[in-house]
Amino acid sequence: MLRDDSPPDMERVRQILETHERDPGELLQILIQVQHAYHFIPAEAAELVADHVRVTRAHVRGLVGFYSFLSDTYLGEYVVYVSDNITDRMQGSEGLATYLCNRLGAKLGVTRADGLASVHFTSCTGMCDQGPAALVNGLPLTRLTRLRMDDVAKLIQARTPVAEWPAEFFRVEDNFRRSDVMFRRPTEPGAALRAAMRRGGDETLKEIQYEEAVDPSSGHAWRRGADETLKELYRSDLRGRGGAGFKAAIKWETCRDISAPERYVVCNADEGEPGTFKDRVLLRSYTDMVFEGMTLCGYVVGAARGILYIRQEYWYLKAHLEQVLARRRDDGLLGRNVLGTGFAFDIDIHWGAGAYICGMESALIESIEGRRGKPRKRWPLPVVAGLNRRPTVVNNVETFAAASMIALKGGAWFAGHGTTHSAGTKLFCVSGDCERPGIYEYPFGVSVREVLRDCGGLNAQAVQISGPSGVTISQLEFDRNLAFEDLSTVGTFMVFGPTRDMFDVVRNFTHFFRHESCGLCTPCRVGTSLLANLVDKVAAGKGSPMDVEEVRKISQLLKTTAHCGLGQTAPNHLIDSLLKFRGDWDKRMMVTDFAPAFDLDAALQEARQLTDRDDAAAHL
Amino acid sequence: MSPDTRRTFLLDGREIPFREGQTVFDAAMAAGVYIPHLCHNPDFEPHSSCRLCTVIVNGRPFASCTQPAVAGQDVKSDTAELNEMRRSLTQMLLVEGNHYCPSCEKSGGCRLQATAYALGLQDNHFPQFFPLRDVDASHPDIILDRDRCILCGLCVRISRTVDRKNVFAMTGRGIDTTIVVDSPTGLLADSRVSREDEAVQHCPVGALMMKGEAFTVPIGERPYDRAPINEDSVAQFQAREARLHG
Repeated sequence: MLRDDSPPDMERVRQILETHERDPGELLQILIQVQHAYHFIPAEAAELVADHVRVTRAHVRGLVGFYSFLSDTYLGEYVVYVSDNITDRMQGSEGLATYLCNRLGAKLGVTRADGLASVHFTSCTGMCDQGPAALVNGLPLTRLTRLRMDDVAKLIQARTPVAEWPAEFFRVEDNFRRSDVMFRRPTEPGAALRAAMRRGGDETLKEIQYEEAVDPSSGHAWRRGADETLKELYRSDLRGRGGAGFKAAIKWETCRDISAPERYVVCNADEGEPGTFKDRVLLRSYTDMVFEGMTLCGYVVGAARGILYIRQEYWYLKAHLEQVLARRRDDGLLGRNVLGTGFAFDIDIHWGAGAYICGMESALIESIEGRRGKPRKRWPLPVVAGLNRRPTVVNNVETFAAASMIALKGGAWFAGHGTTHSAGTKLFCVSGDCERPGIYEYPFGVSVREVLRDCGGLNAQAVQISGPSGVTISQLEFDRNLAFEDLSTVGTFMVFGPTRDMFDVVRNFTHFFRHESCGLCTPCRVGTSLLANLVDKVAAGKGSPMDVEEVRKISQLLKTTAHCGLGQTAPNHLIDSLLKFRGDWDKRMMVTDFAPAFDLDAALQEARQLTDRDDAAAHL
Repeated sequence: MSPDTRRTFLLDGREIPFREGQTVFDAAMAAGVYIPHLCHNPDFEPHSSCRLCTVIVNGRPFASCTQPAVAGQDVKSDTAELNEMRRSLTQMLLVEGNHYCPSCEKSGGCRLQATAYALGLQDNHFPQFFPLRDVDASHPDIILDRDRCILCGLCVRISRTVDRKNVFAMTGRGIDTTIVVDSPTGLLADSRVSREDEAVQHCPVGALMMKGEAFTVPIGERPYDRAPINEDSVAQFQAREARLHG
């Protein structure tokens, strides 16, 4: 779309609005469509949208200012977001972004004057095993090189629609390198659901009177099936795969047992932790297992609606996900009458818009409800009062996939794998300095060394476990185990080779948290900025021992006082780095105890300009 | 009131009685124990964003303004470590905005300034951010000086839940979070705000002020000139308790 000074045509906005209910919960989904259509949110559009869903203009502005993939200024016909994870950086993303900017004659982050294109950095796009990566008009470009960037620049200059670009540019591999008992092959759609219902007896699958069957006191076979399935989940000892490791059965049972007119099942596919990409693979190649796990959860807790909340970086999966949902409806695995039992359950998709915080369950729910993704007060928990203040189960993609396998094979089977406190297997997302990056499935308890051996990364000096919010481990710790009782993890496993400067890693992570802090609470909002500034000061060669003390003090403050997990874990990597990779800090340090952050000579610049002087006497 | 053993908790070793549904903060203040706070006003729903009221409950940190009181729990609040953290949080708020107490009309009535004094702050410690923020003086009665905003969200919450006007909202993210006004121009003058709105009465700092009233109470006779905020807050809270539950 070319832009001139005339106000943009609002016809597309009106068409978009026609497809959405006048419900504030639709707001973010509408804005995403407007952004895709216009490559920004025109003020006129914001007003129409606000009126449609009956919220204020300021509320709409609040969302546009919050989500990274919404913009109130025009981003150009071609919008390129280069992934800024440390693994992309190690593969040369920074240079490639500059290179593309030069080829396009654009300044980073600024739309070219003729409105052709803009190039930006964005947080990890989840293609760490095939980076450096970027998004162009929402679609992932993988394995970027200078040669590829030449082609990209040419296609943009020629205004070739992205749909006509070579498919090879957008090829996303699963890179599933090792499977264990859970993900040998996708299960038969519907098999887990049938197995679960049959646990109540064969009559379960005959048509039932839903109202009667869901009454716990009815003793109905259908209800029995749900209760038996919950027992299997207890037997399995399945713990949440999103990182926190809360027992799934307790969450499901709590949700079921709270008296409420309705309940919800939410699948967390926000996968924003840099270096994580397992959900991308599960949603592409084990899609039915995920949706089936959600449906099972609906069956067990008595919910009729499920929502897949998925990050917009995975927009390229949209058609596939919608097609699988449609097929499952056709096959009677979703809809008003699941498997002919009268059980009603359906799933719809809600897209994120670029906000790491939305991986946090209460922020995710706020986002589904069409608000800024701001974490809620600590109590009540979402399982008690979540979406629309109703009991809501929020589980990770991998947790739902595991639940469907447990329904099929039983809890004891599942508990027979892994360790005492970490039953089952886990997917690990291996990236960075290794020969074979990709997805590896292991029983819980596998050692870091074994993963390194299998992926070809044994000469590593460090591994970042569970992403920037996780743990940095050094060679001395490679015999530690990946399990809740030792190294608890969402699955992220970033490998750093012997020549990497670990301070660069710290700097990338620190900037990531500053960018992603939601701004709600004081310690995270201000603290992540102070930390990034201190790290930048050290990077500029102006660091002193006092700055290190300051980093420690602010880190402790965040851990103790931040409102949610984002702020509480944001300094983990700094604390680890100072403990284990102090050498990479020290080589940059000034030797004095203290150096001011304030640059007196730079501060005189404005005075020099005003007085039109640049002689030696005007400098320090 | 005789403390019932089942309905009390320990706060810094002292037994504090509480009613069902009360938060740790409410129970402490009712018992005369000040817990520093800025984003919370007991007349409105707590928000737990400033984090000054963080206490340690059975070994774990929680914001006391949203933490339910539970019988027998062990709460630590007035400790050297927590007070040092409260000083740091207050310093963070001071460097994040542009606060010039000596020339500010709110001086003496500002909860940020008074809390800084109560915590014994000597300086801002952290480097100033010196952000460029808009001042909105368009309205005949009300001024919005974003330089002084500490993002407590009280105006947003009160305008939504009490005035039912939704005049204020937040935009931006992280350190770039700012208050925005709902109006076609984004200016207060074109919004539905009015001087009677509750939302403009409770700003803890000088971000939202009435025009023409800045010096009706002379400096030296303002609330926190007369009594430090720790005493004033507790007295106000207890008066409120007596009024509502007496």
